[in-house]
Amino acid sequence: MTQPQPASSRPPALELRGITKRFPGVVANDSVDLTVDGGEVLALLGENGAGKSTLISILYGLYQPDEGTVSLGGQPVRIGSPAEARKLGIGLVPQHPLLVSRHSVAENLALGGGQASRGGGLFPARGVAGRVRELSEKYGLEVDPTARVSDLSPGEKQRVEIIRALLGGARVLILDEPTSVLTPQEASGLFRVMRELRADGRSLIFISHKLDEVLDVADRVTVLRRGRVVGGVPTAGATRESLAELMVGRGVDFTRKRGAALARGEVLLDVQNLTASGSRGLPALRGVGFTLGRGEVLGVAGIAGNGQSELVEVLAGLHPARGTITLDGQPLTGGAEARFQGGVAHIPEDRIHSGTVPSMTVADNLALRGYGRSPLARGLARDLKATDERARQDVEHYSVATPGIHTPSRLLSGGNIQKLILARELHGQPKLILAVHPTYGLDIGATDQVHRVLLERTNEGAGVLLVSEDLDELLSLSDRIGVMVGGELRGPFPVSEVTRESLGLLMGGAHPHSIPGAGQGVVA
Amino acid sequence: MDNIVVEALIRALAVGTPLLLACLGAIINERGGVVNLGVEGMMAVGALAAFAVASSSPDANLWLAVGASMLAGAALASLHAVATVTLRANQFVSGLALALIGTGAAGLLGKKFEGLPLFNKVADWNLGGFVINPFTVAALLLAAALAFYLNSTRSGLTLRSVGENPAAADVLGVNVGAVRIWAVLAGGSLSGLAGAFLALSYRASWADNMTAGLGWIAVALVIFVGWRPLRAVLGALFFGFLYYLQFRLQGNSPIPTEVFNAMPFILVLVVLALAGLRGQQGDAPAGLGRAYVRGER
Repeated sequence: MTQPQPASSRPPALELRGITKRFPGVVANDSVDLTVDGGEVLALLGENGAGKSTLISILYGLYQPDEGTVSLGGQPVRIGSPAEARKLGIGLVPQHPLLVSRHSVAENLALGGGQASRGGGLFPARGVAGRVRELSEKYGLEVDPTARVSDLSPGEKQRVEIIRALLGGARVLILDEPTSVLTPQEASGLFRVMRELRADGRSLIFISHKLDEVLDVADRVTVLRRGRVVGGVPTAGATRESLAELMVGRGVDFTRKRGAALARGEVLLDVQNLTASGSRGLPALRGVGFTLGRGEVLGVAGIAGNGQSELVEVLAGLHPARGTITLDGQPLTGGAEARFQGGVAHIPEDRIHSGTVPSMTVADNLALRGYGRSPLARGLARDLKATDERARQDVEHYSVATPGIHTPSRLLSGGNIQKLILARELHGQPKLILAVHPTYGLDIGATDQVHRVLLERTNEGAGVLLVSEDLDELLSLSDRIGVMVGGELRGPFPVSEVTRESLGLLMGGAHPHSIPGAGQGVVA
Repeated sequence: MDNIVVEALIRALAVGTPLLLACLGAIINERGGVVNLGVEGMMAVGALAAFAVASSSPDANLWLAVGASMLAGAALASLHAVATVTLRANQFVSGLALALIGTGAAGLLGKKFEGLPLFNKVADWNLGGFVINPFTVAALLLAAALAFYLNSTRSGLTLRSVGENPAAADVLGVNVGAVRIWAVLAGGSLSGLAGAFLALSYRASWADNMTAGLGWIAVALVIFVGWRPLRAVLGALFFGFLYYLQFRLQGNSPIPTEVFNAMPFILVLVVLALAGLRGQQGDAPAGLGRAYVRGER
């Protein structure tokens, strides 16, 4: 695979040649070649497990490659640690910011030295503040150096990470799924910054699942599949479809998964004036009310921490609240187990720690709901034969890829853990399915399967409350979409009346009336 | 009436001095992310080391005795550093072991020093009519210095960052293990210094179990003062006062002495209850009590 060469014979800013990294049983990177020039944005595209993370870890000094060389400006280098990578001018903006929340922005940036450490050992934060303002202005990276990191939005934290990389003198900047925590508006702000950095001659490696973004901001795309480079194309002339096919290895259908939005049927779930406090005693829900019809998918958008988690936990019986909830004409009360038996299934946000017990076997995890009742128990004793039998059926029906039903669930991949949870929660024909980020971090194949299973259930009359940060997922599956802002629910609006942009503005706190075309007819 | 107040204040300062020294030490290692419950033990070996040096000859150097106490405290703390930082053992279990080893070893090795005279003790200073112990002055200066160190120096920022988010510090090239080991040793030496005050000045003698639970109060005090050195001054004074009150009551009251013997531990519970009421637990360094393993979330 030859990459397009720059006109001059100048060596590329960063070049990987034949990088191979093996882990027990897996070749994570298989002779990967990759180049980035100064003043270029390279998108690195690939499904989960394609080897992107391994490649980044090698570039940032967290792993050593088994074979192959990394060269910077034509010089082969050995990157032994993240600190060495930073010294060599490689900066990483991690997906989840690695900052000290309790410290100020300036204190975070003063930590660990680098260029920022000028000015001796006293008052480290003072010297940095000026340089931060300089960079803020030059690249449009707005951050208040005196603010506490815990008070910052995800987008601001990301800007702190970018500033940190720049303070360290980064010429090559790696951005690991930077838009996964941003609203569409924040994302376009990030892209402006990326273009400024490119204009300044720096090299950027941009990792993303989102094909539109890749086409928008990158100059070239390198696609990884199963550890190998399967293609490298300029974005000019590429399409969503062509990139997805390269990434997945087969054609992908981007049309809306759900047909036309459902005509509102009989009300299944009626929520009135729900109020709850969050973990810190602050109000998390402020008078939330909505209805959900039989067979309807109600999408809930919002930036994390605006009450979505609490809403789902209240409905699942895990969080106390005031207000009335009626399911199928009956008041919904009691604890989580009573509600599950009353027909409420819950696919939790943290699939590994709240959704499963990682050290327990697949069979036992599948039996977590109802192991004390017939048919999984006889009297006080569990019926292990019945448990195993059900586990075998579930594993087959949901095609959970596992070495066996007695394998600890922690050894399963994210997609298979999610299928396991679906299998368990959807036993006994639930009326209401609470699904929180059901496909977060899953690849296209597993995402497809989860979506299919949820939509099947709506055909059988179940209602789905779908909480997601992926606007494409919400727009593709929902009949109506509401937006949680500061503990209030805006909407819900019929899916035909909203767009990515209007949802993004609503998530950012804009009032529905102020957004052209965003469901004026719906808001009373 | 005035005399009672002045005396109470003076006695509170006196008992508050070892509390403050040990508390400042514990603040150092806890701001670096390591809990050390072994303060009582480190205080005991510090007291013994100081007394052993000071009582060795009539013209023994008291500075040397003070140095010995700090070395002894740090030496015992080094066990904790190796166990919890290098070997990543549970910090709470290791700290408890340290408390038992320290008090036990000091009791055993100290048998021959019991009842021995101290040739010259660290005398109080008379600063223009205000009588104050040099250890108290040192503790107050140390509190101010530690506050400055933590908030206004690069090294203090590194220490705090290691205690809050060791992974973030590690990625930036900070040697998390080394910072934590130094913090534990520094904490141990200040606990040892607290012991020296007891042996060279406050009691001016050696007796088994002479630390009498002060180390445990210091551990709880760290939480009460929210890991802040300047607040530790007020906290130590307050609990020094409560401790003094206990002595006063002991003389003329029908309450059995067993109740008073249990007082330090009741005070520990009081400290923690007060801290809990003020929501102080939330001020703990975010990485406190957990071994740092690279690559683990």
